[in-house]
Amino acid sequence: MGSGDLNKQVPNFVVLMLLVTLPYWLPAIGGYVELGTRVVVLGLAAMALNFLLGYTGVLSFGHAAYFGLGAYGTGMTIRYLVPSTGLGLLIGTLVGTIAAAIIGPMIIRLRGVYFAMVTIAFGQVFYFMAFRWSSVTGGDDGLIGWTRQPLNFGFFSVDILHDPTAFYYLVFAVFAVAAGVMAWLLRSPFGRTLIAIRENERRARFLGIPVDQHIWISWVISCGFVSLAGALYSLVNNFVDPRALYWTQSGDFVIMAVLGGMRSFWGPLIGAAIYVVLQDYLSSQTENWQSFIGLFFVLVVLFFPRGVLGMIRRKVMS
Amino acid sequence: MTQLVLFNVFNGLIVGAFYALMALGLSLILNLSGVINFAHGGFLAIGGYIAFALIPYIGFWGGLLLAPFLTAFLGVIVERVLIRRLYGRDPLYSLLLTFGLAFIFEDGTRFIWGAQSLPFQVPGWLVTPLSSDYFFLTGYRLFMVIVVGAAVIALFLILGWTRLGIRIRAGTLDLETVSVLGVNVRILRNLNFGLGVYLAGLAGVLAVGQLGLQPTIGSSLIMPSFVAIIVGGLGSLPGTLLGGLLIGVASGVTTVFFPSATEAVIYVMMALVLLVRPRGLLGEEGRF
Repeated sequence: MGSGDLNKQVPNFVVLMLLVTLPYWLPAIGGYVELGTRVVVLGLAAMALNFLLGYTGVLSFGHAAYFGLGAYGTGMTIRYLVPSTGLGLLIGTLVGTIAAAIIGPMIIRLRGVYFAMVTIAFGQVFYFMAFRWSSVTGGDDGLIGWTRQPLNFGFFSVDILHDPTAFYYLVFAVFAVAAGVMAWLLRSPFGRTLIAIRENERRARFLGIPVDQHIWISWVISCGFVSLAGALYSLVNNFVDPRALYWTQSGDFVIMAVLGGMRSFWGPLIGAAIYVVLQDYLSSQTENWQSFIGLFFVLVVLFFPRGVLGMIRRKVMS
Repeated sequence: MTQLVLFNVFNGLIVGAFYALMALGLSLILNLSGVINFAHGGFLAIGGYIAFALIPYIGFWGGLLLAPFLTAFLGVIVERVLIRRLYGRDPLYSLLLTFGLAFIFEDGTRFIWGAQSLPFQVPGWLVTPLSSDYFFLTGYRLFMVIVVGAAVIALFLILGWTRLGIRIRAGTLDLETVSVLGVNVRILRNLNFGLGVYLAGLAGVLAVGQLGLQPTIGSSLIMPSFVAIIVGGLGSLPGTLLGGLLIGVASGVTTVFFPSATEAVIYVMMALVLLVRPRGLLGEEGRF
């Protein structure tokens, strides 16, 4: 391994160290562990979106649907089927991934703003299902009457319900594995092909790459990880409501990715951290926090389009 | 039963007319500038609230005439100050910007007028049913259909016969050539945006007489408008009109037979259209 490779590993190492030690330093600077848990979960969602948005160059705006499906899948599994956190996560993730795989073929031929429009509209189906099918989903009030279950390893069990730090480490472990898989995929020949499609789709097509098929696979992978994030999110709250599926949630993920930097692997996590902390602060300060979030969108687009990491990289280069 | 079905078909037609009016404005902006205006629903709500604020002073008719123009004026300013900067950049950015504007509009109207539904007075003679057998055929509903119809005809006349309309259509096909031929494309896009927002404002004034006035009215109408555009065919304004009416009637009929699927049915229709005919009902082949 040359020194160049080592240098590339430095950011990864720093991010992982910060996350591992988060329960120790976050309370010291005025945060609380649950806030960190939310950042990691939503960061995973934004990174998963960025797999498609930043690395494949496909403008998807409807990821809340799969986020919400993952959340409902997990909540309903624990509520109705088996009281097991692990199984809930697995089934929730599968539900979202399968839905994405089915919807994929209908949308992969569209591009640009039209892809965005169709993906965001499709998400509404699941929103209205959750909203209307209230005997099962709890409707507008959300799915209640369940909590995340202790992790049972046979000879000992971990109480993730009452111990926020233990739960944080569960979320972090899932996040680390998911991020590792995504990084590995992006470095594989498949991931390189996705970047080639992003850079010049027509050229990729002329080279004989089955572009639509690649976009479909990338879409399913991206939505799969978003479902996983949604599944974790339901555990964070011990609750799911239809707003997790609503189209405005999709916009939140996109702004996180843009804010952190779409061209970098960890960017969306940084974006999620800024966004979650900001939202947490604003909603505790003013009833009209929505206006400020909207204003924040506008300001990011006008003055910060490359995101935090994009700006830093530019400064370092020059 | 027949009466119930007729009632819901008619209801659906009215809702569809709103979707169509909104979707036509969205389509105009999308076709010429490549911007999905997420704030379109916000403009609709603002149109309704402006009318609400004006009606005590200038009456219902004055509000109906003036409010859409004021909304369009706001649209022209927004385009001039914010959206214009984003042409030629990744469409992602204009999407996010209008997304943020939608938040601001919704929350702003809530801040000024409150979250509760406001009473919206339409002239008394418009509210009375026209026939006792068909109780649902109130004057106001018929009036809405007439106004929407007139607006749509006027829009197609503008696009077909005026200089501005011809330029908008030409720009939709090839903006660069239009620019080279000496048309000021900046002004063209600006006016086109205003025209689109005017339709949203008009829909807003009409809608609040029917649906009531609340800040969320815009965000509940925008997704069906997207579906109307996709079903009708991207890039085709007659298609958008057809799509709007079609999904309105479809959800009206579904209300009779399967009420819990009233909202979801239009997305199922969209899925079917995308499967069978990806370019939409009247969309041109290979355009998108």
